[in-house]
Amino acid sequence: MASYRFSVNGAARTVDSSDPDQPLLYVLRNALGLTGTKFGCGLGQCGACTVIIDGDAVRSCITPISAIAGRSVTTLEGLGTPDTPHPVQAAFIAEQAAQCGYCTNGMVMTSAALLARQPDATLNDAKLALAGNLCRCGTHHRILRAVMRAAGRTP
Amino acid sequence: MTALLSRRSVLKAGGAMVIGLGPAGRALAQLAPEAEAALGKTLDLNEVDGFIAIHADGSVTLFCGKVDLGTGLRIAIPQMAAEELGIGLDRIAMVEGDSALTPNQGSTAGSTGIVRGGVQIRQAAATAREALIRMGAERLGRPAAELDATDGQIRPKAGGPGIGFGTLVGDRRFNLKLDAKAPLRTPASYKIVGQPIARPDVPAKVTGRHVYVHDFKLPGMLHARVIRTASVGAKLLEVDEASIRDIPGARIVRINDFLAVVAGDEWDAVRAMRALKVRWTESTTLIGHERVQDWMRAGPFMADEVLSKKGDAGASLAASGQKLSGTYYWPLQTHGSMGPSCSVADVRDGKATIWSASQGTHRLQQICARILDLQPANVRVVYLDGAGCYGMNGHDDASVDAAMISKAIGQPVRLQWMREDEHGWDPKGPPQLLSLEGGLDSDGRIAAWRTEMWLPRATANLPNPPLLGPEAANIPQMQGLSTGLITQNAEPPYAVPNVQVLVHWLKDSPLRPSNIRAPGKVANSFAVESFIDDLATAARRDPVAFRLDGLSDPRGIEVLTRMAALMGWQARPSPQGGGLGRGIAYVHYKFNETYVAIGMEAQVDRATGAIRVQRVACAHDCGLVINPDALRQQIEGNILQTLSRTLFEEVTFDRGHVTSVDWMSYPILTMPDVPELLIDVIDRPNEPPLGAGEAACAPVPAALANAIFDAVGARLRTVPFTPERVKAAIARGFA
Ligand code: FES
Ligand code: FES
Repeated sequence: MASYRFSVNGAARTVDSSDPDQPLLYVLRNALGLTGTKFGCGLGQCGACTVIIDGDAVRSCITPISAIAGRSVTTLEGLGTPDTPHPVQAAFIAEQAAQCGYCTNGMVMTSAALLARQPDATLNDAKLALAGNLCRCGTHHRILRAVMRAAGRTP
Repeated sequence: MTALLSRRSVLKAGGAMVIGLGPAGRALAQLAPEAEAALGKTLDLNEVDGFIAIHADGSVTLFCGKVDLGTGLRIAIPQMAAEELGIGLDRIAMVEGDSALTPNQGSTAGSTGIVRGGVQIRQAAATAREALIRMGAERLGRPAAELDATDGQIRPKAGGPGIGFGTLVGDRRFNLKLDAKAPLRTPASYKIVGQPIARPDVPAKVTGRHVYVHDFKLPGMLHARVIRTASVGAKLLEVDEASIRDIPGARIVRINDFLAVVAGDEWDAVRAMRALKVRWTESTTLIGHERVQDWMRAGPFMADEVLSKKGDAGASLAASGQKLSGTYYWPLQTHGSMGPSCSVADVRDGKATIWSASQGTHRLQQICARILDLQPANVRVVYLDGAGCYGMNGHDDASVDAAMISKAIGQPVRLQWMREDEHGWDPKGPPQLLSLEGGLDSDGRIAAWRTEMWLPRATANLPNPPLLGPEAANIPQMQGLSTGLITQNAEPPYAVPNVQVLVHWLKDSPLRPSNIRAPGKVANSFAVESFIDDLATAARRDPVAFRLDGLSDPRGIEVLTRMAALMGWQARPSPQGGGLGRGIAYVHYKFNETYVAIGMEAQVDRATGAIRVQRVACAHDCGLVINPDALRQQIEGNILQTLSRTLFEEVTFDRGHVTSVDWMSYPILTMPDVPELLIDVIDRPNEPPLGAGEAACAPVPAALANAIFDAVGARLRTVPFTPERVKAAIARGFA
């Protein structure tokens, strides 16, 4: 059983795992109780499990715990709360950009990483940044409107 | 005030999903302790107490048998109840789909959430208001006619002090039958119905606080994974238990050919699932996806059935000057929920509680009771949100899997399917084959029409699906599958004097079928509305004008003309052939529900066969609109999901099993594919509300096929519209 130290939503955490290949997703959801991060495919294909690691949108389902040591992870819960949502979350709420909401974690996290890098992202930038984030409910249009709203553009 | 649905409070209240509605759409997702206190309440559909409880503080709990699948019922139904009761939405909480607390209003399927679920609760609320006014009249010493219910009080209409609902009822029962004649408020007075009020669950979903069934935990809960058979129908030969010996706490659960692994840690369960060495018999019972069309034509058949007959289609076709025909194929498709199915079950001491994202928790209660060999009264199924489902995906299977495993080990179990389980084993939207013939008279009007369809009989509307777990475990279960009313909308919605619709019922289905959004109607409308355009072209008519000629229903005419205005439709016959085309399709859903017209603009690259949908316009009339924003979202979802199904989707399988088991082998619509959407919602406050969860799917494929035809003169009759099929159709030309 090895211990891994890293930061999650600004707090230092230590997690034990008997398997260095355990994906970060399972650590977040089970050991740390951060269930905002979702299991969609476990294959890196859908984006439901996206977290932000040191500024980059990363798929936690294919990121082993051993690769996280010393790094800084932000999850959907750490981005904001219902009372004090992150601007991207506030834009998603304003546009009502969730149906079932299962893809929402990945959509918000990927958009937050995009806008942190490129605050004035265009519609096309948003479409490209989210090209690997799947949604089955057909919420795409509202998600794109939300990203444009957060980018200070008319949705 | 803003306490969110926390895991602890879920547990405290036994896991009933209660969502409170805060002011201005703030999430007050919280568990009302009174939900648990309400256990033992009546579940009678004919009793006001079945649906509504008024508490001492004047707040209201609704008990709703329908569930919110991401569709907005969670706001729309409270809006309907709040309006009738005369109370603010912030005083209302709603329990959804709990077999111990909510009346059985039927599965949340077939666009019945509002039409049946909401309308029943609205009537209960109207009945309750009448009773409250009677009680208020007595307490205030004034005639009932002078009083109204406003802001949670019974007050004189002329002003003056009122008396609160809580004081009048205060957790006592109404003991009152639902009165079908209790007057409803007049639409002109609506303050809450018709407003685009924000959905209460969105803030929690967007900030990671919403508890899905995947996120729900019980103390002492083990994690499970099922090991599905290597191929459909295979039998278990041998399991090597030693192969998972090194994984902490991992062990197998086996009931005949039903095999699962459990472990205290979820990742250990996944590792055990992967490490377990199992030998299965070879099984090659499937036909393979490439042979489905041949198989459908060849049978064996159970029966032929004439579904509709008017005039003499045969004679009239023979006499027609211009005759056309076309054959259309819709492949098997998966629901493709973004999260694989999951369930938590606790089966101990002769009792079972199952947390499930099932669309039909009451139905599932009966199924589980039988499979677990328990009295239905000792089985409680509680709805928790899952990933969106659009018909019966794997949720019911996963719930029964979890319950069987929990019973076997006597501990609470969380079972989650893996991605390959969901893609590989969810029941599939069945294949459909349609052959159409039509004839024009000398004035270029449709004189004759014949539809011939081939459909798996297992798609007829039978009550219950065979579930995978009990099948493998050899536990008796109710058989028969429901894929919805799959034969509807298979003839033109326009005036045609001679019509015949014939179905050949096949004995079997290539894979276990179920209902998938707008069951049958998507493929049928694809065929019918594509063929209408071919007839319009033969008559050298503009497609919109050609349709309007055959329509007399004013609501149908209005959606068509408003859609045409919305997209700036230029009247001319198709095809134009310049690479950029426009198409239209119309549906009167099930011939008695929602009216939808959809127009589309698509660019087609002749060299590569690539299709780029640029704009979609939709005019939509589902009668009274409860929440226009939630409605728009349903329409957007219908359009985009069906575009995905039309452009990309086909389940592939070989002789043994499904081979499209992930998002690479089963691609769906992505962000760069998303077109501009223009939506015109027609509100008819004086008409009954109609369903909106499905109707706008139906015209999508034909509108696109017609746009492609207009762009390049090539007719696509097989879904999905792959670049290869586009190029082949271009090479074929006008055929
Ligand atoms: S769950 Fe990680 S990409 Fe799908
Ligand atoms: S909102 Fe359901 S998958 Fe995107």
